[in-house]
Parts: sequence; structure tokens; C-alpha cells
Amino acid sequence: MNDTLITVQGLTMGWGETVLQRDASFTVERGDIFAILGGSGCGKSTMLRYLIGLEQPLAGAVDIAGQGAPNLEVGYPPFGVMFQSGALLGSMTVGENVALPLQQWTSLPPDAIEAIVLAKLKLVGLQDAEDKFPAELSGGMKKRAAIARAMALGPELIFLDEPSAGLDPVSSAGLDALILSLNKAFGLTVVVVTHELPSIFAIVRRCVMLDRKSKSIIARGDPRKLRDESGDARVHEFFNPRKET
Amino acid sequence: MAGPHFRVAPSALAFEGRLVFSEAAGLWQELSKQVEPLQAGQALDFDLSRVESVDGGIMALLVHLRAELRQRHVRCEIVGAQPSVQEIVRLYRGDEEPAAPHPGRPAPGGLEQVGAATVHFLESTRNVLGFLGDMILSMVGLLKEPRTANWREVPRIMERAGADAVPIVVLINFLVGFVMAFQGAVQLKQFGANIFVADLVGLSIARELGPLMTAIIVCGRSGAAFAAELGSMKVSEEIDALRTLGFGPMSYLVLPRTLALMLVLPALTLLADLVAILGGLVVGLVSLDLTVVAYLNETRRALSAWDVFSGVLKSVVFAIAIALIACQQGFAASGGAEGVGRRTTQAVVSILFALILLDAAFTMFFHRFGL
Repeated sequence: MNDTLITVQGLTMGWGETVLQRDASFTVERGDIFAILGGSGCGKSTMLRYLIGLEQPLAGAVDIAGQGAPNLEVGYPPFGVMFQSGALLGSMTVGENVALPLQQWTSLPPDAIEAIVLAKLKLVGLQDAEDKFPAELSGGMKKRAAIARAMALGPELIFLDEPSAGLDPVSSAGLDALILSLNKAFGLTVVVVTHELPSIFAIVRRCVMLDRKSKSIIARGDPRKLRDESGDARVHEFFNPRKET
Repeated sequence: MAGPHFRVAPSALAFEGRLVFSEAAGLWQELSKQVEPLQAGQALDFDLSRVESVDGGIMALLVHLRAELRQRHVRCEIVGAQPSVQEIVRLYRGDEEPAAPHPGRPAPGGLEQVGAATVHFLESTRNVLGFLGDMILSMVGLLKEPRTANWREVPRIMERAGADAVPIVVLINFLVGFVMAFQGAVQLKQFGANIFVADLVGLSIARELGPLMTAIIVCGRSGAAFAAELGSMKVSEEIDALRTLGFGPMSYLVLPRTLALMLVLPALTLLADLVAILGGLVVGLVSLDLTVVAYLNETRRALSAWDVFSGVLKSVVFAIAIALIACQQGFAASGGAEGVGRRTTQAVVSILFALILLDAAFTMFFHRFGL
């Protein structure tokens, strides 16, 4: 099945008189791994905040699964989110973090919740970290735990903010493999904000690229094709950065 | 909610259709009923051959049940899954030998908790003393390189810890003097010794309560602020960054705070003495029919310069204790916002404890030497 899950129409982001991005429009298909790309300060992470309903657009609209813009005030949203730092609650263990949405939004008994938490942690390779506190985890482990928490209620859509940022190449590749396997096994739709080229080429199928100066989307499509075929100097430079000698 | 998505077959539960997470609670209940009577030696497979799709949460429950049954020596396998479903079985390790049950973190016993608390207390004391040693070494280093200290910070901290604290210090100490005089007046009236209210208030405020109450207020305001400020700097790696820039955290962060408190706390203490005596004076005028001149003359007669100076001396030591403990706790923060909050609480508690302990030590020392 290949239908539209997210529709962004004429989205204008900013505050007061300041506009960060103007009139952005794109769609994300079910089962896709979609990336929002761009250099530092172009508004990638901010756009993610608009998609998940943490910010209200100056103009335009976001629609997820035909339900309109996400309303975070009403119940559990139909997606999971992994923030850049993981954003695990420091006062709770990793297991308690993952159990939190299950306790809040299901009527499952504690033993069933415990079973699901353990399985989700195994899924992300953290089976031994259930009783650890976030402060005891490495950066990569925090991100994996955050993915387990985002996946707790089995959403069909997950947003990942800079999943590879600050990770070593091995951890980063491991995280990419995890994202691919979740996408393959569950048909999970993944929207990822990143500027890490190895990750982009490893997992992303479609993307949009934001530009800070023009405050608009300057490219869209398969990142491999954009790398090889784009005539736009800004896109070319992003995918083929010059190596200083 | 739809009924259970399985049929009970001989030695198997045959699942069918789409197993979605919204039905997990009902399914779990039904499955628990089915597996409960099974005994060692029996068999029960989960047949997924007619399952179109399965949610990860449901698969987690099936894998958990399989492990539980096998632990009870009931033979159980997840069988017949179509390739797309088998991929999820594999991801959740439903095709592997189940691991040993998770042991969990054992709860510590009462004795263990007392032991841990004792060790923690001793370690905290050692850390504060170590910190004091570091500060002294840093002060010695400053004699060689005075420029490395952040002297510009001192006036700003003095304003925050001193000037900004004046209203609360005045209010609380005025009320302390007022309440103490009021309580004393009730008793002294019975002996016709009204005038000695001035002695009671003057001596107890100047020698004990003035410095102590002021230090407690400064602990709550500035001690907590120092610990939180340095704790946030520590967890956001700002202190590490300072180190890489060649600034010693002791001379750059701790010494300015300590020096500022050493300057403002005695001044606040003198102010506290004054307003507390005023509080007592109000009671003397209103309740005891004393005159202003008589009350002040009696206070002057009762108080020696040493009484006032001993309180000021205490306040200097209190200032060092507040700054040292707050900064030490801030530097020990780790683990994000939670860690900063924990260290701030710990700083305030430790400072209060240290203040009472130091006050008691001063009192015994002065008493021993007749001061």
C-alpha cells in the first residue's frame, strides 16, 4: 500500500515578523523513510516541531493520516518522536520511561506492560539497560531507548530528530540498521531530520532540502539522484562537500 | 472490542486475521486464561499461519508467554508464520531460546540503607574538606597569578547575595526580636523585671540568633542559587570548557563567591542585630511601658563589643561554609536537570546541618574559654 500519510501544505514557519521557512509543501507516503535535510540553522528541527504539533504555523497546514494537525492536548498522538538528546525523563529508569505511555494509554496489567517494555528494549538492543537511569547511558544508548519509548504504543509513524548526531560511525550505522529493520518489519513510516550524509544515503528514500537564505525548499526527491543529478549549486555542495586539503 | 483472534486447537492456539495493539488487553486476558491450567510435559504452540499482520506489542506478549510456558516445562513454539510475520517473530526473538528471567534490582535491606547513608555522610564530609584544601591551594596560587581570579564577579555576587537579601533579612530578624521579646515579657513581668527584656533580646540576638538566622536566609537564597548555577554549568560542560580555556574553576568560580559571601554576611548580620533589637524595643514600648532611652541604655549596658564581634566572627565562618558546600555540591552534579535538582537540595540540607554544627562548636569554644 502506498498512500499519503503526511500532507504539508503551504507551511510558513516563524514567530512575529521573523519567517524561517515560507510556503513549504510536500507529502510523505506510508512506509517511506523521508528526510528533512539542510545545513545548520535552516529550520529542519523547527519544521519537525511544526509537524508534530509543538508549534503553530504562521500560515499553511499539516495533516497526519487525514486527522488534520496533531493536537497534543488530546490523548496520545498517532506517532512517536525521538528528540535529538533522547529527552528521556532523568528521574525514571529506562524501563519506566518506555512503560510510561503504556501505563497511561492502555489497560494492560503490569506483567503485560513489563513484557512489552522488555521486548521493546530488546528490539533496540538495550535488554540489559531496563533498570539503568538515563544518566548512566551513552549517547547512542539514550537514542535507542528514546526510540523504544517512541515505539511503545506501536505507532505507524515515527519522527527522529538528528538520530546520528554525536554518535561514532559504528553506533550511527547500528542506529541506521535499526531504523531500516523497523521500517521493513512493521512498514513503519519514518520522518528523519538529519544532515549526516552516510545516514542519508543508507536509509532515506525521499527527502526535501531546506535553504536558510531563500527560506524555501530547494530540492526534493531521492537523495542519491539529487547528489548525482542536481544542477543546483547549493544542493550539489550539500551532497558533495569540498574536502579542505 | 472484537473477540479473541484465535481458535483453540489440539495442542495449539491458532491465531488469525490482523492482530492490532488496541486489542492487546483483551487478547492478553484470554491468553492468560488459556495457558494457566497447562502443566509440565504438555504442549501448546502459537500457530500464526492465518495471521495477516501482527503489531509489535502483541508479538512481545506472545514471545513473553512462550518464555513463561517453557520455564514451566510446557513445550511451546511460534509456528507457521508467513514471511512478513516471521520477520517480526525474528525481530522479537520469538524463534530463539528464551533468556533466563530478568532478575531485577534487589531492594536494599534496612541495615544496608543505614550503612550506605553513613558512608555517604562520611564521603560528603571528606569531599567538602578536600574542596576546602583545593580552595586553599588555589588561594596560594592566586598570590602568584592574581589575574586568574574572576574579581569582576565579586561585586555582582555581593549585590545578589547581599543587597537583594536585605528586605527578607530585615523582616525576619525584626519578627524574631519581636517574638522573643514578647515571649520573654510574659515571664519577666511576673518578677517585675521588665527592663531585662532588652538584655535577653540583645544578647541572644547578637551572640546566637542574628548570625544564625541570617546565615540560614543566605543559605536558602544564595547557597541554593550557587549550587544550581554551578550544577547547570557542570552538566552542560561549561566548567570543562573553562578548564580548556585555562581558567581554574576554583579561582574563577568558587573564590569570587566565597569572598563575596565573606563580605556581605557580616554586614547582613549587623543589620539583623539592629532590626531585631528594634523588634524587641517595639514590644518594650507597647507591652512593658518602657521608654526608648531606658531600653536602649539597658541594651548598651548588657552588650559588650565582644558580644557583637563574636556574632560577626561566626558569620564569616558561616559564609565560608555556605559558599564551600554549595559550590562543592554544584561541582558534583551530574545527569541533567534531575542531578542539578538533587544536588541543590543536598546543598541546602548540608549547609543547614553545618551551620548548626558550627554554631554549637562556637558556643562550646566561647564557653570553654570564658569568651
